[in-house]
Amino acid sequence: MGNPLHQRDILSIKDLTLDSIQFILKTAQKLKQQAPKNLLQDKLIAHCFFEPSTRTRLSFETAALRLGAKSIGFSNDESLSTQKGETLSDTIRVISNYADLIVIRHPREGAARLAADASDKPVINAGDGANQHPTQALVDLFTIQECQHRLDGLSIALVGDLKYGRTIHSFAQACLLFDVRLYLVSPDELALPDTICDTLKKQGVRFSLHQSLEEVVPKVDILYMTRIQQERLGATEFQLVKNNYILTPSSLKKAKKNLKILHPLPRLSEIDLEVDHSPYAYYFTQAANGVPVRQALLNLILNEQLLS
Amino acid sequence: MTKTLAVAAIKNGTVIDHIRPGQALRIIHLLRLLKDKHRVTVGLNLPSKSMGLKDLIKVEKRLLSNDEANEVVIFAPEATINIVENFEVTQKKSTRLPVSIANVFACLNISCITHHEPIENLFYIEERGKQMRLTCHYCEKTFDRDQAKVKI
Repeated sequence: MGNPLHQRDILSIKDLTLDSIQFILKTAQKLKQQAPKNLLQDKLIAHCFFEPSTRTRLSFETAALRLGAKSIGFSNDESLSTQKGETLSDTIRVISNYADLIVIRHPREGAARLAADASDKPVINAGDGANQHPTQALVDLFTIQECQHRLDGLSIALVGDLKYGRTIHSFAQACLLFDVRLYLVSPDELALPDTICDTLKKQGVRFSLHQSLEEVVPKVDILYMTRIQQERLGATEFQLVKNNYILTPSSLKKAKKNLKILHPLPRLSEIDLEVDHSPYAYYFTQAANGVPVRQALLNLILNEQLLS
Repeated sequence: MTKTLAVAAIKNGTVIDHIRPGQALRIIHLLRLLKDKHRVTVGLNLPSKSMGLKDLIKVEKRLLSNDEANEVVIFAPEATINIVENFEVTQKKSTRLPVSIANVFACLNISCITHHEPIENLFYIEERGKQMRLTCHYCEKTFDRDQAKVKI
């Protein structure tokens, strides 16, 4: 089998087939065991972050540098000509003449696809507003496979802000490709968008809606927590509902033995610090997995030849 | 009794008939019929045997292309589109729903990049039962056809 990702853009999880996802996960597994230092020698990667990011930006840069690539870029748009009114298309067109691949994060939804349309070089979406964060979904899938040794036949709870969380949108769409049962736990105001629920229904993914974390904990293999931002709900509503979405050691008493907790981070109060010491906590390993998964993507996009 | 036409006949041009009631004005925007100076005659809520009520548009001196005829289907799946020359119907356009449509609709998502960059909108079209759904190429949000706004 050839390399289906060579010179491809990674913009939305919807663009990826099951085969290509499995291909990425397999490559990431190899690179987690051993990452050759010269795999991306002579490659230059532009990290264009038009809004702040810690984990995604640093894990992309780490992935590139540890494989021997060079990195250029910026971590906010304050020093850019876009401040002078230059269009995003023009900015990206110029950068695509410098670099071999562009990684972009942007606050506007659809910015990554616009960048890909303007660029001659492959573009990876590192988050575009509340739309997509496909590489995080790949990190999540890799992490689940690592800790549960499978991706099919699992029960997964998605908890918190399911409306605005782009990691949740990408992950829920990735679930279309696997045999999973979803428990969607959120306040009504932050429920998963109807269009994604419609797609889940249409594709036959089983899911149910819940408003309390406790009722789903005993049923699931993966508890995917996300942060609820107070400004999404208003102060009063937030105070009323927030306790339903905070994970403490006592709320895990009825958990299955194999349960693992994931979180795209940063977390605020939704996971009690005590939970970090439980055997269920897996979110820091998940964050660490950002490097091999992004290494796999960079390698597959930039090198036609596959790892042996 | 002499049968009279509710909307006057045209010599040369296009007649779009059997439009779902309420959609004619949107089709006028869609086809940019107000931009050129050709005579446009519109009938709204006309009686129809097959539809109960229907809208109708007649445009003088403008012959719709196949692509334009296909775009009409987005708003009026049952529409019949006839080319008229010298008061005779010379061509009945056969239509099909287009896969995508460029630079006609504005995205309803205010956070979409299309509201902040000088680019053409592009939507993918999907018919789901009686609903017509439009998905933005950029932000991936999906809307019902009746929610979407035609760019003027």
